[in-house]
Amino acid sequence: MNRFVEIAKNPLVISGAAILALLIIGELVSPGFARGDQVVRLLTVSAILGIAAAGQNLVILGGREGIDLSIGAVISLGAVIAGNVMSGSDAAIPLAFAAACCAGFLIGVVNGLGVTYLRIPPLVMTLGMMGVIQGGLVVLSRGVPSGNAAPALMAFVNRSAFLGIPGILFVWAALVVLMALMLKRTRFGWSIYAVGSNENAAVLTGLPARRIRVLLYGLAGLCGGFTGVCVIGYTGNSFISVGDQYVLPSIIAVVIGGTSLAGGSGSYTGTALGAIALVLLQSVLTTLNLEFWGRQVIFGVTLLLLMLLYGRQARLRV
Amino acid sequence: MTGLRKFGGRTWIVTAAALIVLLVVNTVLQKNFLEPSVVQSNLTTFLPLVLVAIGQTYVILGGDIDLSVGAIVALVNVVTVSVIAALGGDGTAVALGLLVGMAVGAGCGLLNGLIIAGLRFQPIVTTFATSIVFSGLALWVLPQAGMSVPEPYWRTYAGDILGLPTVYAIYVVAFLIAAFLAARPFMTRLKAAGGLRTAAYQTGLRLGALRVSAFVLSGLFAAFASLCLTGETASGDPLMGQSLAMTAISAVVLGGTALSGGVGGTLGSVLGAWVVGMIGSVIFFAGLPFEYQTLVQGLIILAALAGGVLVTRR
Repeated sequence: MNRFVEIAKNPLVISGAAILALLIIGELVSPGFARGDQVVRLLTVSAILGIAAAGQNLVILGGREGIDLSIGAVISLGAVIAGNVMSGSDAAIPLAFAAACCAGFLIGVVNGLGVTYLRIPPLVMTLGMMGVIQGGLVVLSRGVPSGNAAPALMAFVNRSAFLGIPGILFVWAALVVLMALMLKRTRFGWSIYAVGSNENAAVLTGLPARRIRVLLYGLAGLCGGFTGVCVIGYTGNSFISVGDQYVLPSIIAVVIGGTSLAGGSGSYTGTALGAIALVLLQSVLTTLNLEFWGRQVIFGVTLLLLMLLYGRQARLRV
Repeated sequence: MTGLRKFGGRTWIVTAAALIVLLVVNTVLQKNFLEPSVVQSNLTTFLPLVLVAIGQTYVILGGDIDLSVGAIVALVNVVTVSVIAALGGDGTAVALGLLVGMAVGAGCGLLNGLIIAGLRFQPIVTTFATSIVFSGLALWVLPQAGMSVPEPYWRTYAGDILGLPTVYAIYVVAFLIAAFLAARPFMTRLKAAGGLRTAAYQTGLRLGALRVSAFVLSGLFAAFASLCLTGETASGDPLMGQSLAMTAISAVVLGGTALSGGVGGTLGSVLGAWVVGMIGSVIFFAGLPFEYQTLVQGLIILAALAGGVLVTRR
């Protein structure tokens, strides 16, 4: 019986069950919801959120109240940079990825330096950084949408590469495997858990906690920049607040996926499932013939119910 | 001096210094800055942020955070405006509308507090989820911006009460409430709850009640801010106050309250809110090209946050 409870309480099982339940509800409400091409479409949207959530997951795992509120602004920045670098030319796609990822990485490193060496709380540091990037975007673009995606990039996100599955999903699948290997099978991965769960102990065993944390924020920025390029591939063009909508969902995907906001425990596999569950939930609510306010209320209440299952904090004890 | 310390610790001195610098710079840039009408109009603009920041301070002192205040502001606004309209828009209707608005704010705060302290939910994610619910409800009450409030409402807000401009009277009331709470054992206990939660629990403090009260206060101050904003805009808007939550958190941190809880006070947050407002004003009057204003504002706020943390670090 205890074994059963243990399995039922596993975040992977819960998010997996939520995904199945949502697919069934969706299919019942609107036949064709769970059809192959529809599912691929939903997975594509999840992939974009999921890649952003990978960055969020790393800084949260790193502990010390780690969080990245600037990820939305970094996504916007990545999209705007990529759009201007490409301006419709396929040849410039690698350069667009490189430029967006570098910009994101640098911003992330600045976040990380502020958090570790100046000891600014992550929430505040990244909130301030969000304001700076948004201001920078206004200067860069002068308020006018500019740049557009190259055709090959749009095909990468929107069109089938193999067996009806677009390229971005293969990239995302590779990222899931890579993250799992990195977190569970490498020194660096283990040191993230060590620093996230007990920093003092980690430092005493000789781990460079500060450098690790700076790198985590850098990687989060890199994920944001990469997501930005995917976003412009998905929509075709960009505007300077295109990434804002990903900030809180990226955190929620991590939490639904079973990573503790206190740091030091969780997995990216869970986060990926969390991202899919979140996108499915929004999609089911859209197909329900409800007014916007009703969808919002149900969405919020469902998030609270999901947290009731396992997003709770430990009881205080005497 | 001990009284002042009780009101806000010592970190507020740094914020006050920053505020004075901003005031001097603004006076140089804007010739009529010290004229009473300009002062009043600036303080009117800053008032909602000041109120939300005071409320947020209690939650942060208790070791939590409230991202839903912006949504509460919107919900209170549309409920108040609708109640006043439904009751015919005379004096009694306005009074009842204000009461219902405050009750809605307190109710939202109570809900946040009960879920977070009672069910042990994580505050950031929870208040984000409840903010989605509150905004949804606001859109249900009033799907589109519109529906004006009766004239006496905004005329009183822009006018005087007992010879004192209404806005100043509201500041006085808000400060009195903050000072009253600062002098109560409540404040010390709340800081204990936020500072060393396990230790506070072991000494027998009723942590649940303390944290729920902090959220109720945050909801009440958000409602207060919303009623002021309504006096300014004179209409209902279900999307009102969206950026207030994040700006208020910046203001609270600028005022020297630690996000980890347990250290700080409301006086600092008031100064912090004024600093945030003044940064915007100084940049506007510095004559920067329009597209650089947001960037410079972001940089100054980030620098101020970093500077504040550095100066007050022990």
